[in-house]
Amino acid sequence: MNKIFLVVKREYLTRVRKRSFIVMTLLTPILFASLVGALLWIATTDQGEQKIITVIDDSGLFKNKFQSTEDLHFLYLEQNIESAKEDFNQLGQDALLYIPKIDVQNPQGIQLYSESNPHFGVINKIENTLEKEIERMKMKQLGVDQETLQRIETKVSINTLSLTSSGEKKSNAEATFGTAYVSSLLIYFFLFLYGVQVMKGVIEEKYNRIVEVIISSIRPFQLMMGKILGIAAVGLTQFLVWVILSFLVTSAGVSLMGLKQDPAELIGDSAGIEAQPVDMSTNSQGIWELMETIPFTYVMATFIIYFLGGYFLYASLFAVVGSAVDSDADSQQFMFPITIPLIISIVALGFVLNDPDGQIAFWMSMIPLTSPVIMLGRIPFGVPFWQLGLSVTLLIGGFIFTTWIAGRIYRVGILTHGSKVNYKTLTKWFFQNY
Amino acid sequence: MFLLEVKNIYKSYADHAALTDVSLQIPNQSIFGLLGPNGAGKTTLIRIITSILQADSGSVWLNGEQLNRNHIQVIGYLPEERGLYKKMRVGEQLLYLARLKGLEKSLAIERIGDWLKKLDMTEWAGKNIEDLSKGMQQKIQFIATVLHEPRLIILDEPFSGFDPINVNIIKDEILELKEKGATIIFSTHRMESVESLCDHIALINKSEKILDGPKKEIKQRYRTNKFEVDHVGPIATLNGEYQIVDNQTIGNNIFNTVIRIPHDHNPNLLLKELITQTEIHRFSEVVPSMNEIFISKVREQS
Repeated sequence: MNKIFLVVKREYLTRVRKRSFIVMTLLTPILFASLVGALLWIATTDQGEQKIITVIDDSGLFKNKFQSTEDLHFLYLEQNIESAKEDFNQLGQDALLYIPKIDVQNPQGIQLYSESNPHFGVINKIENTLEKEIERMKMKQLGVDQETLQRIETKVSINTLSLTSSGEKKSNAEATFGTAYVSSLLIYFFLFLYGVQVMKGVIEEKYNRIVEVIISSIRPFQLMMGKILGIAAVGLTQFLVWVILSFLVTSAGVSLMGLKQDPAELIGDSAGIEAQPVDMSTNSQGIWELMETIPFTYVMATFIIYFLGGYFLYASLFAVVGSAVDSDADSQQFMFPITIPLIISIVALGFVLNDPDGQIAFWMSMIPLTSPVIMLGRIPFGVPFWQLGLSVTLLIGGFIFTTWIAGRIYRVGILTHGSKVNYKTLTKWFFQNY
Repeated sequence: MFLLEVKNIYKSYADHAALTDVSLQIPNQSIFGLLGPNGAGKTTLIRIITSILQADSGSVWLNGEQLNRNHIQVIGYLPEERGLYKKMRVGEQLLYLARLKGLEKSLAIERIGDWLKKLDMTEWAGKNIEDLSKGMQQKIQFIATVLHEPRLIILDEPFSGFDPINVNIIKDEILELKEKGATIIFSTHRMESVESLCDHIALINKSEKILDGPKKEIKQRYRTNKFEVDHVGPIATLNGEYQIVDNQTIGNNIFNTVIRIPHDHNPNLLLKELITQTEIHRFSEVVPSMNEIFISKVREQS
């Protein structure tokens, strides 16, 4: 045990001391935070240039009904549509709205011409205005007066709440989805990054030939486990530093930004929905409250569990690859089958997030090769405890199994040089008495 | 007293036998040459002794005990293929390897200091291995092999890749370690390179031990009964029992002659006869090299 610790310490220290590690660890959260900050900044400030939409209203029903806003300017033209179309390219306008003489009961033939596909928010706004106006006309025809109309108008915004055994909690679909997506991607990235580091470490030792000196002092399995554990510690260090730094940087950023504008409002704006009056209660719901809708401690704890479990599983497979080849270049053919389950997980993630309790989601979160990525995608949506327990148990069983296999192949592989290795050789090594 | 005893070791890989019924006895405080061509099974035998591999059958005894994990600290092993962590500092690397052998930190640091000083490398302790010349790296590797003061030092192809100056430095260190009580195994296919250092020798060919014993005895057994004479003026005639094997002119009226004498014949008699005919500058027995013994042994078997 003591000797494994020596290996762990070496693996950890040589990596953590590297300049590239320090730079990566410190810069990533700053980069991430500045990216978020930039997005928020773009969202809060002017949203690009104002779009000019010319309106030719042959029906005469919508005169001055289109209200220009910050991003849309409506320009009424008394012109023939044909000539307007001819002039379109010269006038520097973004779109041309043509309303022919229409029947209010059956409004048809309204066209929007533009050079590129118009933004869906723009269409939404035009359609909304037209519908409202036509509805009003119909109402008037039916004898409803202006005052009644205003009383009828209703605004509804839904607050989503998740109902769990511990009571009601404010939930936020976007935040849940985002957390699921980010943690799945992050674990995928981590498994890959650190798995490959294990492989490279093994190749380095094999290539340098130091491995024979070391395994005359300790067992090959101790060396392999020491390396895997040491790099796991590096990964955890990096993760924790990222969490702490991101927390500090974003909280600093949010407290600066928060004074300027409320994020809940931003979501409304960017979705292209008609700006609604924001009352005091929604105004106070800042990013913090949004974050509170996600059980972060729970997500982080499960992240660490699945990172470690998945990492041990994959790292030992990567160690096998490292032990089997003579150089980085040869590793491709063996890396491929290892990376397939990870890539499948990422591809399936879309389905899983749309249906976090479905069959695909369930089975893929049980199979140890895919469970780290998939289960993390499900966790923010809430996973029954028995499923979580089963999945973690299977994952632990999975990594014990792969580590055992890996150990048997590894001890032969690290001492074998220059021979052409294929899957048959690996099987032979596995059964070889050593 | 034997420090190491290898008893009836068999080891085979999937497609071939690496060791067939190999037994060795290595006396304490001796230098033992494990000789044989490439692929004979030397490295496999060494890996079994260092617990890297397991024998299919047979046993290894160290100092009267069957080989176990505790013996790791007693053995120092310099493999044929050497290497160190390139991006690690000299001092740290030595400390790491010493501690893997179970050496206490403070003791390890002390010994590293002593060895670096001894091999004139103190100022390199803080440098990365990759900044060192090949020769210096080899010195570091040697230090790593002996830092924990092993009783058994195994050097596989010890001088391959060493420059002549370093070879002499290392040879001196090895002799000093032997004086202090260590037992050394040299394994090499270049038999001439270690012949002069070895007290005992074993020859291995195609997974089998074909010959072993004290070097002097082996040489005695394989003596050729040939003598080499440098002399001024030709030899006219020799007693019929003597046979001139070779005769060359090596200078103005100076000759080199190889003469075979009958078995159990005293060379003094030959000398006596020669003195009457020619002026002798040099008279020496032609001793077979290990290489020649090996070749004749292999021929003998086939």
